[in-house]
Amino acid sequence: MTQRFSLTVGPLQFNWSADAFADFYARIADEAPVDRVVIGETVCSKRTPFYEDRIPAAIERLQAGGKTVVLGSLAMVTLEREKRAARELFEQTALEVEINDLTLMNWARPPFSIGPLINVYNEATLAYLAGQGAKLFCLPPEIPFASVEKLAHAANQCGAVPELWAYGRIPLAISARCYHARVHGLSKDSCQFVCDKDPDGLTVNTLDGQDFLAVNGVQTMSHNYCNLIGDLDRLAAAGVRSLRLSPHTGDFVAVCKTFADAASGAISGAEGLARLKVLAPGADFSNGFLFGSCGAAELAPA
Amino acid sequence: MSARGKKLELVCPAGTPAAFRAAIDAGAHTVYCGFNDETNARNFPGLNFSTEELATSVAYAHKKGAHALVAINTFPRAGAVELWHKRVDDAAKVGADAVILADIGLLDYASKKHPNLRLHLSVQAAAANADAISFYARAFGVKRVVLPRVLTVQEIAAVNRDIEIETEVFIFGGLCVMAEGRCSLSSYATGKSPNMNGACSPASHVEYREEDDELVSRLGGFAIHRVGAKEAAPYPTLCKGCFEAGEYKGHVFEDPSSLDAGALIPQLAEAGVTALKIEGRQRSRSYTEAVVRNFRKAVDDYAAGRPVVGGALRDLTEGQTTTAGSYRKTWR
Repeated sequence: MTQRFSLTVGPLQFNWSADAFADFYARIADEAPVDRVVIGETVCSKRTPFYEDRIPAAIERLQAGGKTVVLGSLAMVTLEREKRAARELFEQTALEVEINDLTLMNWARPPFSIGPLINVYNEATLAYLAGQGAKLFCLPPEIPFASVEKLAHAANQCGAVPELWAYGRIPLAISARCYHARVHGLSKDSCQFVCDKDPDGLTVNTLDGQDFLAVNGVQTMSHNYCNLIGDLDRLAAAGVRSLRLSPHTGDFVAVCKTFADAASGAISGAEGLARLKVLAPGADFSNGFLFGSCGAAELAPA
Repeated sequence: MSARGKKLELVCPAGTPAAFRAAIDAGAHTVYCGFNDETNARNFPGLNFSTEELATSVAYAHKKGAHALVAINTFPRAGAVELWHKRVDDAAKVGADAVILADIGLLDYASKKHPNLRLHLSVQAAAANADAISFYARAFGVKRVVLPRVLTVQEIAAVNRDIEIETEVFIFGGLCVMAEGRCSLSSYATGKSPNMNGACSPASHVEYREEDDELVSRLGGFAIHRVGAKEAAPYPTLCKGCFEAGEYKGHVFEDPSSLDAGALIPQLAEAGVTALKIEGRQRSRSYTEAVVRNFRKAVDDYAAGRPVVGGALRDLTEGQTTTAGSYRKTWR
């Protein structure tokens, strides 16, 4: 059966050890039925030195596994060394780069794509960036389905691929301040890399005891995991052509396989959802930004 | 080279025509405002300007030798960009001195359709380094950038060394702890966001309720503050709330404080800043008047080489505690 969607594994958002990083990409390379893999630090440049020497081997193995490798850029570029690193993404290899901060537009050369952290809310912005050479747009996770329909149509008309965030905790905000450091009584400059204690992010509860958000260093995320596996028919009808799966701990290869099976129609959305519930037993799933009253809304049936 | 004696431009908010006039009369060099719809990032009921009110206000500013800026700084909704285009056209028609924009598509439109209209880059664009700013300057001819509240004074100085356009920084008022224009916390809890709807933590989704001996304020059903029943519960702005994370219980993101960088005016001037911005288009006319008067005195004092006294406005601030925010590195 033909695939209705290509599948992208998004960049690892969390501070995992170098060994866990290398093991994760080795398994994705060898076993995950996905088309593209975005790799690189998107959250905090202080984490990079711990694993950057493992990236070339990971890229090589992903390519040997038949995956298109895309270099992900930092979400918010402020420091000189961050600017230098951003520029080097374009200069040191010929690989596709995913732009997550418009700073990178200064050096952009084909092939490049636009990540979910760039504000593409309308057709005019999409057309401008496509005109500059962007070939894929992962749309901002907060936009409602009515906008997705229009943006997917606009992207297809420009010959670019419209992609949606389909699985995993959603990045909601980025700050100069590190919340992981703050809740441990530390400052960002002396953070002791405490974000490594929470490989899926640290849940933030309300004083009512309700699960609400998650912190991941300078990033704030949804508590819930976005999960669009039950919505693939209406996404396909809207012209969405690619799905982004954001890495979490657990058997992520199995998550990828489940989406691949649902994307090909081999299993139903309901069956896919049942499988994902087993694979991520602690996660609360949601499709609220797209189909509910807000991003925190419970999963709404298709 | 010392910047002492430099005249800083004071850019002041106005949510109504009355506040606009009050700001000019209190000494604002420049006033910024928005249309009464979703095209601006302070889209609150009863606030902002019709095209006619804007025309009258711009004329008043010009008569008094002041400038008027129009913020059209939300991100146009897919399928509805014409409304935002019309607002740029309206601002040009009434003689606004500049429009403050954030969206790439809208900047592209304004630069092509109104080549003589001055463009300022909104804080909502979150251009946080010299290369990002230079992209907007080169691509769309932007003349001034409002810097995101993520930079220290030293970083602002470094940015100014590397760019050729003006910078404007926030000096007083509400404080976003997240990079603005890159925050979906409000739409996560309520479905309404600053980027899409021009509203953060909107009043329509706020609820105060007494429970046992406590007063709870909720946003979209999520408890944001819980205080003793006799205490004043702060407005439930999401990022200023009290939460639990692991062993920690408290203000995970930021205390309910607001920005007062008045004491940093000399350092900001020396960092090469052109204009100081006061937040608060949603605040009352009397508030605007008091804040503008105070800061006009401060920038005049600085220009004349007199010492600058900060912190005189604590009673007017949200939560009545203040911070210099990201301008000092220890905030991080």
